[in-house]
Amino acid sequence: MTLALYVPRGTVVHRTPAGWKLLALAGLSVLVFAVPTLPVVCGALGAVVVVGLVVARLPAAVLLRQTRAVRWMLVAIFILHAVLTDVLTGTLTVLRLLALVLAAAVVTATTRVTAMVAVVERICRPLEWVGVRPARIGLVIAMALRFIPLIAERADRIRDAQAARGGSVRGLRGLRTTVVPLLVQVLQLAHTVSEALDARGADDVPLRRRDPRAT
Amino acid sequence: MRLRRETTAPVADPARGIELRGVRHVYGDRVVLSEVDLHLTERRIGIVGANGSGKSTFARLLNGLVVPATGSVLVDGLDTRTHVREVRRRVGFVFQDPDAQIVHPTVAEDAAYGLENQGVPAAERAARVAEVLERYGLAGHADHPAHLLSGGQKQLLAIAGVLVMRPARIVFDEPTTLLDLVNTRRVAQIIDELDQQVVVVTHDLELLDGFDRVLVFDAGRVVADGPPDSSVAAYRALMVHR
Ligand SMILES: Nc1ncnc2c1ncn2[C@@H]1O[C@H](COP(=O)(O)OP(=O)(O)OP(=O)(O)O)[C@@H](O)[C@H]1O
Ligand SMILES: [Mg+2]
Repeated sequence: MTLALYVPRGTVVHRTPAGWKLLALAGLSVLVFAVPTLPVVCGALGAVVVVGLVVARLPAAVLLRQTRAVRWMLVAIFILHAVLTDVLTGTLTVLRLLALVLAAAVVTATTRVTAMVAVVERICRPLEWVGVRPARIGLVIAMALRFIPLIAERADRIRDAQAARGGSVRGLRGLRTTVVPLLVQVLQLAHTVSEALDARGADDVPLRRRDPRAT
Repeated sequence: MRLRRETTAPVADPARGIELRGVRHVYGDRVVLSEVDLHLTERRIGIVGANGSGKSTFARLLNGLVVPATGSVLVDGLDTRTHVREVRRRVGFVFQDPDAQIVHPTVAEDAAYGLENQGVPAAERAARVAEVLERYGLAGHADHPAHLLSGGQKQLLAIAGVLVMRPARIVFDEPTTLLDLVNTRRVAQIIDELDQQVVVVTHDLELLDGFDRVLVFDAGRVVADGPPDSSVAAYRALMVHR
């Protein structure tokens, strides 16, 4: 499971408040869609790479991993455009998406989850009027990021255990024999997790936070 | 400090320890605990018993995760039925499976979680988290994803996440069951060094060395209660006759 995760460095990009980085990300998306010309899109892509590798000093592997994750999608989009419209549009679309994917990777790799979550909570603040607790939304996001790798790992373990006993781990049968035990494990885990949340005072969260979370 | 939604002002008396009065608990029509009357004031208390004898249910009673079907549990004089938040601030809980207790993606964020819930200001939170991570040898992992830690490190993080909240008492439910020998010793030492009152449920009888009091559970009842030597002997005798 590869999620772009925080890469600790003391750079100015890391220190920039999460809200600004998310705003810049939004601005970049508007720009490359509003002005889809080759110089603008190439400039945006170049700027993202420079900010990521030089200013934020991220390892190239972080950006490469994200590129690899979307490579087939980009290839498919390019071929589709080349056939249906023209090569220039195809190139623009692919570069545009790549710029955004990499920009998102730079933001996630330079921003702590707590800081990102705090922004989401701030955006959700108006929902307090209808009784929603923004802190809860933030917790859900953080927990998703925490438990996705764990559940993926448990699925692997179940598959290994079945393969070790000569079971088939592919196809419909494999799906059934892994999904059912995984579901059971996840439900058990969810029960304990909810107890652990209670034990650490999840219910104590004040409706209005007294101070923003550290960035 | 903050406005509480609980209306009655709790009057806590730390000298009272943990009291269980006429506790009986059922799941469906299955009786899992019965006739439990105890007063726990010792600093080191161990709980042993066969699988399914009710130890975990008992442990969960102590911080209000489980409320008894009949009878009552008082912590420092606070009833877990009516003052559950106060009780949970006083009684920390460490579970067997560290993976279920770590709820944030990175180590430092997770350690800070309970403090956020208590509304501790950011600066103090950071200082206390740094201190506790240092103490448990996790300082170098502060920004690492929690799922990359070893099993032992995960359990240390789970313990750190509870200790950072500075509860007056801590309940451990089989804290070493998933750990190797080295990490078991480490957790044993951590428990040994705690100033707080600790209640430890365990199948590892060595963990109970130096404890003040050990309870033996069998089929939901306390069948032996005394110093480690006599209780462990009673437990062994009980198991031999199975
Ligand atoms: N949430 C629940 N719902 C229904 N039955 C439960 C629940 N939790 C525990 N039980 C049952 O209550 C009994 C006591 O369980 P408990 O977990 O307290 O035992 P234990 O002494 O901790 O056992 P172990 O040594 O295996 O951890 C068991 O028979 C168990 O199946
Ligand atoms: Mg148990």
